[in-house]
Amino acid sequence: MSEIRLDHVSRWYRNVVAVNDVSMTIGPGVTGLLGPNGAGKSTLIALMSGFLAPSSGTVTLDGEPLWRNEAVYRKLGLVPEREALFDYLTGRQFVVANAELHGLPDPGAAAQRALAMIEMTDAQDRRISTYSKGMRQRVKMASALVHDPAVLLLDEPFNGMDPRQRMHLMELLRTMGAEGRTVLFSSHILEEVEQVARQIEVVVAGRHAASGDFGAIRRLMTDRPNRFVLRTSDDRALASVLLADPSVRGARLRAEGGIELEASDFGRFSEVLPRLARDHGIRLLEVSPTDESLESVFAYLVSS
Amino acid sequence: MISRTIVRLGVLSVFGRWRGALLLLLPVVLVGLAVVVRVLVGDDTGAAQNTLNAFGLTVAVPLVALLATSGLVAPEIDDGSIAYLLAKPVSRHEIVASKLLVAAGCVLLFAAVPLLVSGLVLRPADPDLALGFGLAGLVGGLAYCSLFAYLSVLTRHAIVVGLIYLLIWEGLLGGLLDGVRWLSITRWARELVDAVAGVRLVEDLPLWYAVAASVVVVLGGAWLTGRRLRGFNLTGDE
Repeated sequence: MSEIRLDHVSRWYRNVVAVNDVSMTIGPGVTGLLGPNGAGKSTLIALMSGFLAPSSGTVTLDGEPLWRNEAVYRKLGLVPEREALFDYLTGRQFVVANAELHGLPDPGAAAQRALAMIEMTDAQDRRISTYSKGMRQRVKMASALVHDPAVLLLDEPFNGMDPRQRMHLMELLRTMGAEGRTVLFSSHILEEVEQVARQIEVVVAGRHAASGDFGAIRRLMTDRPNRFVLRTSDDRALASVLLADPSVRGARLRAEGGIELEASDFGRFSEVLPRLARDHGIRLLEVSPTDESLESVFAYLVSS
Repeated sequence: MISRTIVRLGVLSVFGRWRGALLLLLPVVLVGLAVVVRVLVGDDTGAAQNTLNAFGLTVAVPLVALLATSGLVAPEIDDGSIAYLLAKPVSRHEIVASKLLVAAGCVLLFAAVPLLVSGLVLRPADPDLALGFGLAGLVGGLAYCSLFAYLSVLTRHAIVVGLIYLLIWEGLLGGLLDGVRWLSITRWARELVDAVAGVRLVEDLPLWYAVAASVVVVLGGAWLTGRRLRGFNLTGDE
C-alpha cells in the first residue's frame, strides 16, 4: 500500500504559475486527476513521478522525496503522455529492455506477462514504428507495468484509444485499484474519469478545485446554475411565467429575439419548462444550453 | 557502472537511424583521401601529416564524436523517450557511462581505426605516425564525446552549438590565437601525435598537460552530464 502526498506544492516557470499551492494525498485505489487542458495535470504528474522539482512545498512517496531519487522507480510506474518510444525496437524488445533496466530476475517472463496483460502479444514482434496510437499507448502501459509497481501514474492514457481498448484499459485500471495499488490517471473528460475512478481530484488553472468521490463531483457539476437560450412562440409571456417558478433564477429578453435564462435547479427546471409552456399555450421552438463547455463547468467549480 | 541494456539500445539507436550512414561516410572519405594522396604525391611525410591532421584529426574525429554522441542523447531528450530510461532505479551516471561507451566504440571504429589505416596507407614505413594519429583520434574523440554529451543535456540545439564550437573555437580562433592550445581538445590530441610519432604539430604544449586536460574533460563531462540528468525536467505539452 503506497501513498503519494503533495504538501502545499507550487511550481512556476519564471513568472508563470503552473501549479498553485496544491495539497493532496493519493492513496490505494484508482484516482482520477480531472481538469481542462492546460490546468496543470501534466505538471502535477511530472512532480509526482520525480521529473520536476516543486518550486515550493514537498512531494513524497511513502515519506520519501521523489525528486532526485531514482530508487522510487522500484515501486512506481509511469505512462507519459508523449507518444515517442524507441521506434527502432519491436514491442517485445522494448518491454524486455524496461524489465532489464529494473533489474528483474527474469526480464523475458516479466515482459511476456505485461504484454499479455494489455493484450499486445499478437503484435509484440512488430517494430514500434508500425504501431497505431492505441497500440503505442498499450505498449507504454506494458513498460510501466513490467515490474509490478505499487504505484502507477498515467498521463491522459485514454487519448487515441478506440472504444474497445478504452473499455479494456478501464477494466485493467479497476482491477489494479482493487488489488490495492495506487493508480492515478489524468483526463479532461468527466465521463471517462467517473467510470473508473473512485476518487476524483479536480484541478483548474493550477489550483486544486475540488476533491471527492465521483458522486460528489458529479453533483457539484450538475447543481451549478445552467444557462439556456429559449426561442418560443411568445417569449415575453413564457419569461414571466418561468420567473414565477423557484427553479429559475433569472430571465432576460434578447434584442434579437428569444429568452436568456438561468436555472438554479436543473432537475426541476427540466420538468417545469414543458409543463408551463403547454399550460399557457406557448410553443417551444428551441431550448439550447449556452455554457455546456467543460471550461465553464470548471470555472464554476473554482468559484464555488 | 555499465548497463548492458543501455549499451544495446544505444548501438541499435546509432545504427537504426540515418546518422549511422553518416558515421560510415566519414571514415570512407578519410581512407579514400589517404589512398588518393598516396597515389598522387607518393610516400611523403609532409603530405601524410597534413592529410591525417587537417582532415582526420581536425574534421573527422570531432564530427564522428558529435554525430555519435548527439545521436545517443539529443533525440531521446527531444521526443521525451528518455523518460523510459530515467524512470528506472538506475544511477544517472550509469546511464551516461553506458551511452558514452557506445560513443567511444563509434570513435574507435569510425575515427581511430580509420586514422590508423590511413596512416599506414600514407606512410607504411612509419607505423609510429599511424599509431600516434590513431591514439590521438581515440583520446581526442573521447574528450569530444564527453563534451558533446554535456551539451546535449544543456541545450536542445546541441548539434548546432557543437558545430559552432568546432568552427569558431577549434577552427578559427585556434588558428589565429596561440593561447587557444591550452583549451583545445584537437591541439591536446596533436600533442599526443607529437609524443608518439616524434613530429611537431603543436608548439609549446607539455604532454602531461595534454593528457591531464583530456582526462579531465572526459571524466568531468561525463560526471556533469549525469548530474544534469539527475535533475531532469520532463513535462508534457502543457
